[in-house]
Amino acid sequence: MNEPNKEYLELVRREMPRSKHLKTMFRAFWVGGAICCLGQAISDLYTLWLSDSDPDRIQTLTTLTLIALSAILTGFGVYDKIGAYGGAGSIVPITGFANSVVSPAIEHKREGVILGLCTNIFSVAGPVIVFGISSSIVVGLIVLIFKGAFQG
Amino acid sequence: MRNGRTIRFRSPVLIEATAATGGVKECEGPLGKYFDYCLKDDLLGQKSHELAEIKMHIGTIKRLLNKTKLKISDIDFCFAGDLMDEIEGASLTMRDFDVGFFGLYNACSTFAEALILGATMLDAGHASRVICSTSSHFCTAERQYRFPLEYGSQRPPLAQWTVTGSGATMLNKRFGKVAVVSATVGRVVDYGVTDTNDMGAAMAPAARDTLLNHLANTDSRPEDYDLIATGDLGEAGSHLMRLLMREEGIELGERYVDCGALIFNRVAQDVGQGGSGAACSATVFNGYLHRKMTEGMYRRVLLIPTGALLSKTSALQGESIPGIAHAVCFERVE
Repeated sequence: MNEPNKEYLELVRREMPRSKHLKTMFRAFWVGGAICCLGQAISDLYTLWLSDSDPDRIQTLTTLTLIALSAILTGFGVYDKIGAYGGAGSIVPITGFANSVVSPAIEHKREGVILGLCTNIFSVAGPVIVFGISSSIVVGLIVLIFKGAFQG
Repeated sequence: MRNGRTIRFRSPVLIEATAATGGVKECEGPLGKYFDYCLKDDLLGQKSHELAEIKMHIGTIKRLLNKTKLKISDIDFCFAGDLMDEIEGASLTMRDFDVGFFGLYNACSTFAEALILGATMLDAGHASRVICSTSSHFCTAERQYRFPLEYGSQRPPLAQWTVTGSGATMLNKRFGKVAVVSATVGRVVDYGVTDTNDMGAAMAPAARDTLLNHLANTDSRPEDYDLIATGDLGEAGSHLMRLLMREEGIELGERYVDCGALIFNRVAQDVGQGGSGAACSATVFNGYLHRKMTEGMYRRVLLIPTGALLSKTSALQGESIPGIAHAVCFERVE
């Protein structure tokens, strides 16, 4: 009786409502696009204001501004509403990453700074960090090997 | 008297009083006006949502005592549970009450478990008055089972909304207009559903199993009940329940409802498939159904709270979701 019931799982697959992909993709597209446009606007403004500055510095400043904005919006309980509407559109940009770090930090502050906040701050973003670091090591190694091979 | 998994109580077990507390969103829903007390905010001035849930649970039991002008010393035992890890909510609630305490966990069907055990205790003559209660809170459940509250994720279409609220029932053998006449204890039914967002599909087979068992053991048909109410299958889950019963040649029709679908305006309040949680059937029964029974709208009601017995660990380790459902039959005393 308690084996997976294929007939039932088929019934569930057939009868249960599914995500409306077109709608969610459209929302993700415009929300994600809007966040990127905002990033571009910030970058342009910095270029205007700091005319002598180099592009790397502008880029870093833009990223920092977006992260700060996202963290503040998370704190005020706005970013989760953007996320609920925009889905991947608000998760993929750097603002989504900042939200995924700040939200568990807020949530777990009640269990104390060390064992609550610090232990859980990467509970959502952890996998991204692990994959980010390990893939950069792999890519770094590939670059090293190929550079070594081609430069003799 | 017992027939299979169904217990028929020998002497009348009566509902002396009920109390229900609803959260902000719940009180904005269609049943809002039936709750004894509505929260003004989700934190109740506490420093965490866990403490807020406990304060709400304490408040519900106190209101139940106030209604009947009884003191906690008049109560023999409390049967209570919730969804927080190690049922910490109910345990900390009971710190405030000097009474024998049974802490129970059957996920969202805990309220039925409490009623069955409380009624059995009374029927056996070991108690003269007991309280059965449960609580749940959207914010404590969300962080425990899903993501932090402020994390910007999209709710999948099958997700349900954990009810913030608490419901308590006082059972005794002398006073009351509604009797607990029989109950069927559910067994764990697992058809292999692994989608933790699809609780309705995970629990519907258990609800069918318990309903069929109850009907067979009590020699009754769905037409014999004015209302059959499952706990928190949600809109899509109760549709599955109808299909599953149809397979057995039973048409549930208009008399079948789901507490999770009743408690919210599903689309307008953006709650996915409807309400869920240990307080879902408890608030709907103690706030709404019990009142409608005393007013005479329903004479015989079969309440089937449903539970998904998963933990975050079991789900991550790939286990499918075991479902359970207990049925409790109420009758108006004429």
